[in-house]
Amino acid sequence: MGKYVLKKIAALILTLLAVSFVVFFLFSVIPGDPAVSKLGTNATPEKVEALREQMGLNAPFFVRYFKWLFGILHGDFGTSYAYSMPVTKLIGSKIPINAVLSLFAILIVAAFSVPIGVYTAKHKDGPADRIIMVLNQIFMAFPPFLLGLLLTFFFGIVLKLFSPGSYVGYDVNFGRFLGYMICPAIALAIPKTAMCIKLLRTNILEEAKKDYAKTAYSKGNNTTGLLYKYVLKNAIMPTITFVGMIFADMIASGIVIEQTFGIPGLGRSLLSAISVRDYPVVEAIIMLIAFGIVFVSALTDIIHAALDPRVRGE
Amino acid sequence: MKKKLTRWVAVFTALSLAVALGGCAGDKKGNPKDSITIGIPQDIEETLDPHDMVAAGTKEIFFNVFEGLVKPDADGNIVPAVASEIATSEDGLTYTFTIRDNVKFHDGTPVTAEDVKYSISKCADIEGGEPRISALLNVQSVDIVDENHVSVTLKQVDYDFLANIASVSAAIIPEHNDNPAVDAIGTGPYRYVSRTPLENVIFEKNDEYWGDKASIKNVTFKICANSDTIPMEFEGGSIDMMAHLTNAQRVQIPSERFDVMSGTMNLVQALYLNHNVEPFDNADVRKAMCYAIDKDAILAFVSDGEGVKIGSSMYPNFRKYYDDSLADAYPHDTEKAKELLKKAGYENGFTFEITVPSNYTQHVETATVLKEQLAEVGITANIKQVDWDTWLSDTYIGRNYDATVIGVDAAQLTASSLLSRFVSTADNNFTNYNSPAYDKAYDSALTELDPDMQTNEFKVCLQMLSDDAANVYIQDLPEFVALNRNYTGYEFYPVYVIDVAKIKPAN
Amino acid sequence: MIRFLKKHDIKWNIGMGLLVLLALFLLLGFVYHPYTTTQMDASAKLAGPELKHWFGTDNFGRDIYARVQEGLRTSVVIAFFATLIGTVGGTVIGAFTGYYGSYIDDVVMRIMDVLFAIPSILLALVFVSLSNSGMVNIIIALGISVIPSFAKMIRTEYKEQRKLEYVQAAKIMGASDLRIMFVHILPNVLPTLINCVLIAFNNCILAEAGLSYLGIGVQPPTASLGGMISDGQAYLKAAPHYVLFPGIVMMLLLLGFGLISDGDMKTNLLKRK
Repeated sequence: MGKYVLKKIAALILTLLAVSFVVFFLFSVIPGDPAVSKLGTNATPEKVEALREQMGLNAPFFVRYFKWLFGILHGDFGTSYAYSMPVTKLIGSKIPINAVLSLFAILIVAAFSVPIGVYTAKHKDGPADRIIMVLNQIFMAFPPFLLGLLLTFFFGIVLKLFSPGSYVGYDVNFGRFLGYMICPAIALAIPKTAMCIKLLRTNILEEAKKDYAKTAYSKGNNTTGLLYKYVLKNAIMPTITFVGMIFADMIASGIVIEQTFGIPGLGRSLLSAISVRDYPVVEAIIMLIAFGIVFVSALTDIIHAALDPRVRGE
Repeated sequence: MKKKLTRWVAVFTALSLAVALGGCAGDKKGNPKDSITIGIPQDIEETLDPHDMVAAGTKEIFFNVFEGLVKPDADGNIVPAVASEIATSEDGLTYTFTIRDNVKFHDGTPVTAEDVKYSISKCADIEGGEPRISALLNVQSVDIVDENHVSVTLKQVDYDFLANIASVSAAIIPEHNDNPAVDAIGTGPYRYVSRTPLENVIFEKNDEYWGDKASIKNVTFKICANSDTIPMEFEGGSIDMMAHLTNAQRVQIPSERFDVMSGTMNLVQALYLNHNVEPFDNADVRKAMCYAIDKDAILAFVSDGEGVKIGSSMYPNFRKYYDDSLADAYPHDTEKAKELLKKAGYENGFTFEITVPSNYTQHVETATVLKEQLAEVGITANIKQVDWDTWLSDTYIGRNYDATVIGVDAAQLTASSLLSRFVSTADNNFTNYNSPAYDKAYDSALTELDPDMQTNEFKVCLQMLSDDAANVYIQDLPEFVALNRNYTGYEFYPVYVIDVAKIKPAN
Repeated sequence: MIRFLKKHDIKWNIGMGLLVLLALFLLLGFVYHPYTTTQMDASAKLAGPELKHWFGTDNFGRDIYARVQEGLRTSVVIAFFATLIGTVGGTVIGAFTGYYGSYIDDVVMRIMDVLFAIPSILLALVFVSLSNSGMVNIIIALGISVIPSFAKMIRTEYKEQRKLEYVQAAKIMGASDLRIMFVHILPNVLPTLINCVLIAFNNCILAEAGLSYLGIGVQPPTASLGGMISDGQAYLKAAPHYVLFPGIVMMLLLLGFGLISDGDMKTNLLKRK
């Protein structure tokens, strides 16, 4: 087992290294130039050249890459071109926003998907199940940006439950910050909840067909008891994996939500950094996203291996 | 398990509702007269050193913080600011500025002759580097006459000298500020307080201001990056004012609570043609394109008829040079366009690409209409949207494009800032316009010693750009500003600024 | 007809019904098209639905009915070809890695992880900006971004299948690896593959919308559903129909494919048991 874990960790590090290289490489080929971006329409070829030299952009690709990589190993992600402050500080100030948003969303997903998933599985093909499943399908079919906009429109303009764009920084007024995050969290959670319900329902039904469940049933356990005692326990494992995946995916899928609700989080930072070619910030955020995804997938593999020793052999 | 879960859900729901309601209750501001929230479409740039600022969006709000020796007023006149009096020597080469008596920096220190010398030398980069404002290449020396007089000597006569220094780019800043890029210390009616990346920039009223003091104490510039949700932000009351609104935003702002004013953006929107690309090197083709487009229709489609048609590289608010007869030099006439195309050998039309920055809705929409209009004379235009940075590096600097729709503004209130880029050797001549006649005319205007003659000669340059159909000039875009009816006093300027000091609470 | 319907799950039937409806809507465009997709009319900007313009007009006075039809065509064409690239690429990669396992598997899956970890918006931005943002490039960019998830699913299937007796039997009989992979195993992973295709198709429709949102999707004046929705958002309050109609069509499209993949999964599950 220890060997397997080590192997997974090595793979994780290798993947992150590869991501770092690919991202760095991609930004050296796309059009646009941080120096030009800084100079705006005042730019002339000479000024651009001078600024590039000053920003260290004229060094050979590998020199810049290894310098950057070396910095990261020391916890230094460089300095933002657009804000002249350390990237770690800039991103660090945005992480609480996404943490709260993701946490709220996960809570909503968990709070709704488990009871509804169990209910629909238990009353499979009943009228409620059918209605919920169709609604579910509709919610999954909703383009996220449209959903965000409609929610803003509905909650903000029609019901006046919150005022659009009235975001308050967590360091200014934490209570109001939390209050504002509820709507975006709902928008983020709805499609994921729909997916989770579907997954949980399918898993429960699959588990219920298995021999152990049939045995337990024949031993005189009633349906409800059986469901909670044995089936749910087994069915929830893949769901937890899925929730982990959602968590890792939150920054990426939050981009659109942040955009529609005017939240200055990591997603907006990423988009704005791409648009002004603030490479240190872009690279750091992508590494963060990549780390989330790779870490969760490695963790899942390890948990699977712990539960099912056969996996390790492969 | 089930019971526990249900209870848990109930607690969570109650909790979130409580927080949500709490959030709503706290939204209303205490006293609207004391503060105002102004939306800005993008974050300000990295440096707060006025001499290094390049983004128009940064300079327009820092107009309230920084002042030069002189500054522009709403009518386009250059009026004294940090200097109270300006004396010009007889040969027109030396300007002597009297420093205003009671001018203080935001940190409380008075403005000294040393500060003025330091500031002007810094932005003119006397030491021989590249000046921040290219026209200041002309500065020979800056000298301290006595403790409240400073003189600036030019290499050659420049009637636009005062206009050139009447901007944030030539602001007077304290010499003792070791870190001007971070600590913004100026002399304007507002002080810079703080910035939060991607969230806001905060200013506060300067109670020590030498002139008419501002009325509103706290100003928050809120970054509203998503243009689609701006009408909702107005509706929800999270912003009180915003400038540069698109037509789509304008028509959706609740007019009972907001006053929507319209002016012009003071820029020259055109289909700029790359003269190094066939067939745009052919004047007949360019003229044909001018005849082919219908400016009135463009105005009607893009902004419900608002905006002003133009015909050369000058916008209407710059009254000294603007000639409105040029706007109709090429009336919409498809027959004439086809004739000219035939004459140029493009009887069957041609195909080209319009590059347009995707963040400017107005330019993308203009390009969309242009495509339809050009199709009527057999010219096929394909639209290619690019992001702003790609546009800057590939189109503007790289000059690697066929044609582009963009609005060019004037950095200073001078004719040169709109005309110098068409000189064949200018390093910002992104259209590669190359006309020896124009070069000669521009040079002669620049060196003309009589002010009235100079104005006429610049007008000749404008006429030449029109006669030669250098580009397909379209319009000065409409500028829409919405202001909460609790406030009043917004004024349009002929340059790109938002003068917050003039805004006051409505009664 | 009834037998055909009965053979399938109710969801499959509803889903298919929605798709047929959309196809009919497209066909209607050939029969009844009073306006072209680019015809502008300054006097009828943002007009609501009426007899002349069934779905109203957009901010240029263009007929939304005609543009929704064009948009549906564009979106479906892009999603179809992008999915095709994803399917072929993903299946081949998944088959090889799953079948052979060991080091190839490790290496390729790491590469897939890398692709997976980079936001697709960034990939698309890079790809589209390298060349022109033509339709072909959008298709290629989306196609590539679909490959990793495809490859992962197919690989898992192949890993399981290769242990099964029929594969061993085929090996003993001397079938080549390629033959086993694509003649013997492929039909057995078909249910998973079909599901992947349906999901990928949905994702491509959404991703195209995302690209349009960033201005790097299909270029104007060509309509796409995503492009229309993102343009229409600016007028949500003044002209809700601008977003509504392309939005409804897009949802019906996604819902149709979603229901089919759902229903399909169920029938397949039942078949296997």
